[in-house]
Amino acid sequence: MNQPSQLSDKAIKNAIPEKKKRPKLTMKQSKYLFVYICLLLPIIFYLGIRIIPTLYTFNIGFREWNILSPEKPFVGLENYATLFNDEVFRKSLVNTAIFIVIGVIGQVVIGLFIALLLQRINRFVGFFRVIYFIPYVTSIVAVSWVFRWLFMNNGFMNEMLVTIGIPPQLFLNSPNQAIFVIIGTMIWQALGFQMVIFLAGLENIPSTFYEAADVDGASPFQKLKMITIPLLNPTIVFSVVIGSINFIQVSFTQVVNMSVDSAGGPLHSTLTIVVYIYQLAFRQYSMGLASAATVVLFLFILALTIFQMKVLTKKFDY
Amino acid sequence: MKKRTGLTIVYLLLITGSIAMIFPFVWMVSTSLKTAIDVYSLSIIPENPTFANYIAIFQGSPFLKWFINSLIIAVITTLSVAFFDTLVGYIIAKFHFIGKTIIFITILSTLMVPTEMLIIPWYLMSSELGWTDSYWGLLFPGLMTGFGVFLMRQFMESIPNDILDAARVDGMGEFKIFLKVAIPQVWPAISALCIFSFLSNWNAFLWPLIVSHSEEVFTLPVGLSFLASGEFNTKWELIMAGSTITALPLILVFFLLQRYIIKGIVLTGMK
Repeated sequence: MNQPSQLSDKAIKNAIPEKKKRPKLTMKQSKYLFVYICLLLPIIFYLGIRIIPTLYTFNIGFREWNILSPEKPFVGLENYATLFNDEVFRKSLVNTAIFIVIGVIGQVVIGLFIALLLQRINRFVGFFRVIYFIPYVTSIVAVSWVFRWLFMNNGFMNEMLVTIGIPPQLFLNSPNQAIFVIIGTMIWQALGFQMVIFLAGLENIPSTFYEAADVDGASPFQKLKMITIPLLNPTIVFSVVIGSINFIQVSFTQVVNMSVDSAGGPLHSTLTIVVYIYQLAFRQYSMGLASAATVVLFLFILALTIFQMKVLTKKFDY
Repeated sequence: MKKRTGLTIVYLLLITGSIAMIFPFVWMVSTSLKTAIDVYSLSIIPENPTFANYIAIFQGSPFLKWFINSLIIAVITTLSVAFFDTLVGYIIAKFHFIGKTIIFITILSTLMVPTEMLIIPWYLMSSELGWTDSYWGLLFPGLMTGFGVFLMRQFMESIPNDILDAARVDGMGEFKIFLKVAIPQVWPAISALCIFSFLSNWNAFLWPLIVSHSEEVFTLPVGLSFLASGEFNTKWELIMAGSTITALPLILVFFLLQRYIIKGIVLTGMK
């Protein structure tokens, strides 16, 4: 039934001279047409929303650009000089480094540990996996306020400390402790993601390796050091790179919602570079300084990524 | 015998960890059900449980509106990302054309640039074009992602050219081939991309904070933060009720879809 009707359709189309042109588009031409039509909007998007604004940021960074004044004179590298002479900016760089180093090591080590524990059991694996994963799919702002509440002066944590005989701590009010409370919250929220990635990585290690090690009488620690970690290396690199970028970017939400003054306090002790950029741009309206700071951030991330790729992939290269 | 005690320790550690994962949520919900007088009491089960905090939030603030705003923005950006990233990934993986390398490198290079570097030009652009305080202003930065294009290209490359050519010989149009032949082959990757996109847009804080000035266009994270540090300051029972409303829908969706979500994350992590 179908076949003849299609044929006759074609016959009709051929009979109409106007429509004749369409089928004459060769396969190659129709491919090109498809490609360029489909790429039109994406090209506009990537140029207009991504590339040109990126270049424009460099331009703003070289100017004294106060949003309230109409003149934006070119000042060369002056913004960069101002930034590096600015104690608060240097402090924000140091804090960002603390966030990354402790946060990433913490989440990778604990995430791997949980994955290794889960690998040893054969019941309730799915259950535990879901439990550990819940924080990852929860709103960051909500989590920040829950932890702020837990770590309040008269909140749950201090009440618990007092119960077991330890004096209450200042936590988020303390310039020495606040940053670690925030990092801890971020690790807590990212563990599930790390665990899932490591579990998948562990599954890819052939069990024959472990069997061979058992025959040789290797201890669990030796097996971890000689088999698991080297073979897991690509996964670890992935986790570290993703984790670092996450810590730089997501920390804004946590710091704004958890620091006592919503601005990186007390005494700038939790101020990260992204929070400082926000303040420069949208509290002090000095777009020039803020843009220069984003350029520094960009170079920071670039250097960090290259460094991690080089160091981490080399270390265990077989 | 030794093995058994080892296993017991493993379970004990995992259970302790689970409590640490779950307790903050229990405390959140518990506080949200307490009265202002009981809020500092340490009992997990509220003495005088009440829904008054939830009622107060929905009546006294545009929380429902913020919820809807967040949902609209997350859904639109996710649909856009799923469609365009998949399409561009498909084209780059399966077609040869002039300018392909340049386009792909351009898109990849945007991955190197952190969003923070773009917020200032985006803000200036939005003010100039009147995009601030609108849905469009909130969602335009997230409509397409370099990450998605890269991911989908990886998956699209594994589709054999033969089936695409077979469809062409059958007279299928190019767009139809994309929809009916290519997409079904990479469905798991698309759903993973959707999950990532939805999560990151639902959680987005920095850009919505900058681009929205009036309360009507706040998203849920901005609204919650605004209330918690302003009107609700130190009224923890109200802040926790707000946090519960913000956190719970996503957790429920996760429980429903957890199999796909975890699989999707593994899938993208491996590529």
